Amino acid sequence: MAKADNDIITGRTYVLGDNIDTDLIIPAKYLTLIPGIPEEYRKLGSYALSGLPDEHLRFVAPGKEKSDFTVIIAGKNFGCGSSREHAPVCLGAAGTQAVVAESYARIFFRNAVATGELYPLESKQRLCDLFKTGDNIEISLKECLITNMTSGSTFELKPLGAAGPVVKAGGLFAYAHDEKMI
Amino acid sequence: MGATITEKILARAADKNSVIPGDNIWVNADILLTHDVCGPGTIDIFKDKFGVDAKVWNPAKVVIIPDHYIFTADKMAQRNIDILRAFAKEQNLPHYYDVGTPRYKGVCHVALPEEGHVKPGEVIFGTDSHTCTHGAFGAFATGIGNTDAAFVMGTGKLLIKVPETLRFILNGILPDYVAAKDIILRIIGDIGVDGATYCAMEFQGEAINALNMEERMTICNMAIEAGAKNGIMEPDKTTMNYLNARTKEPLNQVHGDKDAKPAKIHNYDVSSFVPCVAEPHLPSNYAPARERSNVKLDRAYIGSCTGGKLTDFIMAAKILKGQKVKIDTFLVPATAEVAENLLRETIDGKSLLEVFAEAGCKDIAPPSCAACLGGPEDTFGRAHGKEVIISTTNRNFVNRMGSKQASIYLASPLTTAASAITGQITDPRDFM
Ligand code: SF4
Repeated sequence: MAKADNDIITGRTYVLGDNIDTDLIIPAKYLTLIPGIPEEYRKLGSYALSGLPDEHLRFVAPGKEKSDFTVIIAGKNFGCGSSREHAPVCLGAAGTQAVVAESYARIFFRNAVATGELYPLESKQRLCDLFKTGDNIEISLKECLITNMTSGSTFELKPLGAAGPVVKAGGLFAYAHDEKMI
Repeated sequence: MGATITEKILARAADKNSVIPGDNIWVNADILLTHDVCGPGTIDIFKDKFGVDAKVWNPAKVVIIPDHYIFTADKMAQRNIDILRAFAKEQNLPHYYDVGTPRYKGVCHVALPEEGHVKPGEVIFGTDSHTCTHGAFGAFATGIGNTDAAFVMGTGKLLIKVPETLRFILNGILPDYVAAKDIILRIIGDIGVDGATYCAMEFQGEAINALNMEERMTICNMAIEAGAKNGIMEPDKTTMNYLNARTKEPLNQVHGDKDAKPAKIHNYDVSSFVPCVAEPHLPSNYAPARERSNVKLDRAYIGSCTGGKLTDFIMAAKILKGQKVKIDTFLVPATAEVAENLLRETIDGKSLLEVFAEAGCKDIAPPSCAACLGGPEDTFGRAHGKEVIISTTNRNFVNRMGSKQASIYLASPLTTAASAITGQITDPRDFM
């Protein structure tokens, strides 16, 4: 669980392309782990993005539970495929604070918001061609901006829209509480 | 302005006169479906948020169908079934289909309508992305995560955004040896894996009306592969005949208004459709089967919620009858009912089971999701190396069937069976 305490997120990026599906994010053999059990939550983190082809730099180094990268930059349709909540959860468990993608698959976006595990942010431009893995970045949630400190350029993010109030409240349960639904 | 079937169902579920796309509304759920992969996590959140002694909002509306990791020695998988069993007992859930008992069913999306839990006009949430399958019966059905599902479990409600509708009008007569799978792979090929993101995919037209329920389910099942929130079809006589045989409960149909204005309309004449495949590693990589006859295969797989229904096995048997397969051919009936019917259903006086055995297919596995999503190491039909597989399942992502090096071609049961005989991707019309 890695929500920004304030409106600024900083860290190093891990850059991916289009259609990063849930089988790449968390292979099905690890779905027996229950995210709410602390030990299994940490294990899920250690397997985050382990479905990626072996040529990729490992997102979480072997033997580690957390990734050195705290922000994922991706192309279109991030998180497509399964409804497994293990997907945003494993990224959150690995220390991911935000994903900045051109677009999201609906259920991944929703699960990221409902769990409050990470900020699913959308960029106006295709940043995965402009950023490199390991770049230092800073995100201002308030101003909807991402700055690549390594290259010195700043890009706009889209506002969170209807999901904004839910994220702000801290997830679905907190929001429903505020709305007096529960 | 009139409303689409999706909008009408959601308005009713939200106790509103009307809703429009983009509205964020609280809707009442009619069914919450979960299984062994997402059920334990959902229960965990439910107890955490509502308290250890909390009761589900309505035991008759919670349906738990374990199906993913059933026939495995994996200890964690077994623990998860134990969690479901204990929860069903504690909550007195009448619709828990326990493993190792005569009540065990198999793949949840085929079992849910089989057991009469799907009704037109209802709102169905499931902790599985292929919950969209049930739109084939004129219901609003969509996949959700564990947190959302825990919320539904406790309150019977969920906050959702009303989707825009993309309407697909399919007219003409589907040629012989072309199946529902070829229709949906063609559409996904055209609009892409994010072509319907956040939208309702509504399918209509004479080609849809002519399909049986299982073929309609194949189409709605893969709406998620284009990113859709739900797939949906208007209920008709075929729907009612299926459902009346499965439930005694009253059925209320909801229909869209004639003057509804979908966000976009796509017209197709299916008489030009051909048997096809989706090449690795995306369901949108459409190619006519005939144009890929140079692809050599190691394995054929017939199973899953998409391609493991009785209709799918009848199609496969039609091709395999009197033939021999050249490659390893794995058959996994979706449910216990499908498995029983393999014995009962005959083709030229032989049961489907006999047809498959004589063709040299591997012994039929018990019903479950099996290798559709890889699963634990000892899963039947799971890929472990560089296998090139033709499969009736719904996803061909890297690593989907258990191995990062494997390549998966998605196809209809007809194309899969024809390809099993030749060992290469084969247009089933070669066996006409
Ligand atoms: S058969 Fe495959 S797609 Fe269907 S529910 Fe099981 S794992 Fe998911």
